[in-house]
Amino acid sequence: MFKNLAPPEYLATIDQVKCIRCKRCIQNCGWGVYSWGGDKVLINTSKCVKCLRCYHYCPEEAIQIVDNPTRFKQNAYWGYNNIRNIKRQAETGGIPLTGMGSDLPYTILFDNLLIDACQVTNPSIDPLREPMELRTYLGKKPSSVDVEKGKDGKLKLKTKMPPQIKIDLPVIFSPMSYGSISLNAQKVLAMAAKECGILMNTGEGGLHEDLLPYKDNIIVQVASGRFGVNPDYLNAGVAVEIKIGQGAKPGIGGHLPGEKIPLEVARARMIPVGTDALSPAPQHDIYSIEDLRQLIYAIKEATNYKPVSVKIAAVHNVAAIASGIVRAGADIVYLDGFRGGTGAAPSIIRDHLGIPIEYAIAAVDDRLRQEGIRNEASIVAAGGIRSSADAAKAIALGADSVAIATAALITMGCTTCGKCYTGNCSWGITTQRPELTARLDPEVYAERLINLIHAWEHELKEILGALGINAIESLRGNRERLRGVGLDAQTLDILGVKPAGR
Amino acid sequence: MFEINAAGVYYRDLNRQIRDAIAAGQKEIRVRNVNGQYYIGDGLRGNATIIIEGVPGNDMAAFMDGTTLIVKANAQDNISNTMNSGKVVIHGNAGDVLGYGMRGGKLHILGDVGYRVGIHMKGMKRQAPTIVVGGTAGDFFGEYMAGGVLILLGLNRKPGIPIVGDYLGTGMHGGAIYIRGDVDKNICGAEVGIMDPDAEDEKVLKESLTEFCKDLDLKLEDIMKEKFRKLVPVSLRPYGNLYAY
Ligand code: SF4
Ligand code: SF4
Repeated sequence: MFKNLAPPEYLATIDQVKCIRCKRCIQNCGWGVYSWGGDKVLINTSKCVKCLRCYHYCPEEAIQIVDNPTRFKQNAYWGYNNIRNIKRQAETGGIPLTGMGSDLPYTILFDNLLIDACQVTNPSIDPLREPMELRTYLGKKPSSVDVEKGKDGKLKLKTKMPPQIKIDLPVIFSPMSYGSISLNAQKVLAMAAKECGILMNTGEGGLHEDLLPYKDNIIVQVASGRFGVNPDYLNAGVAVEIKIGQGAKPGIGGHLPGEKIPLEVARARMIPVGTDALSPAPQHDIYSIEDLRQLIYAIKEATNYKPVSVKIAAVHNVAAIASGIVRAGADIVYLDGFRGGTGAAPSIIRDHLGIPIEYAIAAVDDRLRQEGIRNEASIVAAGGIRSSADAAKAIALGADSVAIATAALITMGCTTCGKCYTGNCSWGITTQRPELTARLDPEVYAERLINLIHAWEHELKEILGALGINAIESLRGNRERLRGVGLDAQTLDILGVKPAGR
Repeated sequence: MFEINAAGVYYRDLNRQIRDAIAAGQKEIRVRNVNGQYYIGDGLRGNATIIIEGVPGNDMAAFMDGTTLIVKANAQDNISNTMNSGKVVIHGNAGDVLGYGMRGGKLHILGDVGYRVGIHMKGMKRQAPTIVVGGTAGDFFGEYMAGGVLILLGLNRKPGIPIVGDYLGTGMHGGAIYIRGDVDKNICGAEVGIMDPDAEDEKVLKESLTEFCKDLDLKLEDIMKEKFRKLVPVSLRPYGNLYAY
């Protein structure tokens, strides 16, 4: 049989002198690399995905996970993944799956954009000693407001404001469903969202009752599989999101493998245990902007007019689509760039479809402004936000807020190994195996996620201070404060950004 | 009975009137002169009964939870989208994409229906949705079905008119479809197996159809004269071999 013709990617090695036979590595590895051989730990290294769980829990630093030096011959054109995927396909005839966002070396625009700072002629602001406003309101804004004098002589707002969602800083959590991630991971997100005054998003997998205490910081999602959607669910959170697409897999549906559907997930989704949870590629009631409008308003009618967000993948024609979404009545347009993460997607789709989020933000912001409807909806940008600098750049390009997922999972231990679709995540994040999920203590890990958000909050304030502005609002769409390095004229034109030096 | 006159009323105002009436404790509401208003009954809860005179617009009974809607005419597309419980009875034909993602309750249609009816219906043991269609159905009947019961009767069919379109049960991975008369394997999705109903199925059919006949003034014996075929998924994971891990 021609099987496994690809050499293992990583070599898990144990220093037999240092090893004290505590067997912690055997317990910790979700992929079953280690087993007990009577007098020492046996290693099946071909299963190793380099999640580094064992390394962290080995008390003796005896474990090393190294990239296997035995690789296919170096070839600048035929990369490791090209060859490995062909071999895998030759063995199975299947579509290779992957997890997390694309790791291919396409140009990263964020890394070619730099932020301005004040020197001499305009003063910078010290965020530690002066007020700095990061608060953001998501939702439709009226195109003008009327004020009137109240009985007490004070001015007050006469215009009835559409519903707004207040967030303390423009960084929220991207949708990740119960099923794709563990309930404990969802709890970490919910706790941190509440503590930080931001939002988490249920994704398409229902709302577990354990999350109800956090409902004021939750967006609930409706997608093509309609999993877990009922009137209580729609009314539970602060907003409802219609998911049309995901950056990691634009144009294809969701597919939660049966391995990740134990009884409790099946119950939340109302499907048989162990079946694959299929979210069809299109929502079969939405074939046009008019149809989308119908679903938006059906949800509004059913929720007494809660804000509705529409999430799409950033694709070539994203500006026109976003314009249609706004005109269809959405309060928030959620754009997900092609670097966005996923619990499971065919790697061919993840790596080759869609466009980077930076282009999409600029194009959508431009288009909505040109059409005079930018105030009609907020833009949430996601798909590869790695740091507060990426967030600041996204906001300067035109987003109201960013959404993060991978960064949040990294605080829970994730090392972006990309094997989320197997359901074996050693960190207890993208798995439903009880012995694995139990190790993700929500209280402990929420603390770490809260730390991350607070750190980004400080950093954003520092960036604003350096820019000499004291409210995130003044950064939004302020592309004059960005410069491009090493970008060609056309890219700069699309981004609406000048080259550095100009 | 509480009455609402829908003539010339904007859907938002009409639906607010209905919601207000229910909030005020009305148990029976008659809405007269309905003419295409959207979203009637969306997200309604509680056990009121609403009788609709005239043709309601799209997206009726979406997310509905417990209420009964009785339509005395034809109805349009997208009825009972993700409905949770309650009942919708239609004394006429209805359009496309009925019962999308339906989670519970009943949808009874006397006449014909369009494409993609009953797609992605779900169910867990006690809570399971049922759709009964008296006439014929279009393509993609029961697509992606994950639970619940679909019954198609094909009553009063003109000769030569098929009872159901193509791609029957494509992607089906749960639930059951019952078709009155024989089913050509060629029109079914590859994920579907055809069999004869067993005693348990007969019970399900009898129970569902008794209620259907009562709602729509039909005779159960007439319907039961012809044999049914049952369609079930052959695999819980129709696409299990599609991927390489
Ligand atoms: S725990 Fe992770 S890094 Fe360690 S052997 Fe298992 S897969 Fe490899
Ligand atoms: S969530 Fe788990 S499986 Fe997925 S990339 Fe992170 S560590 Fe790997």
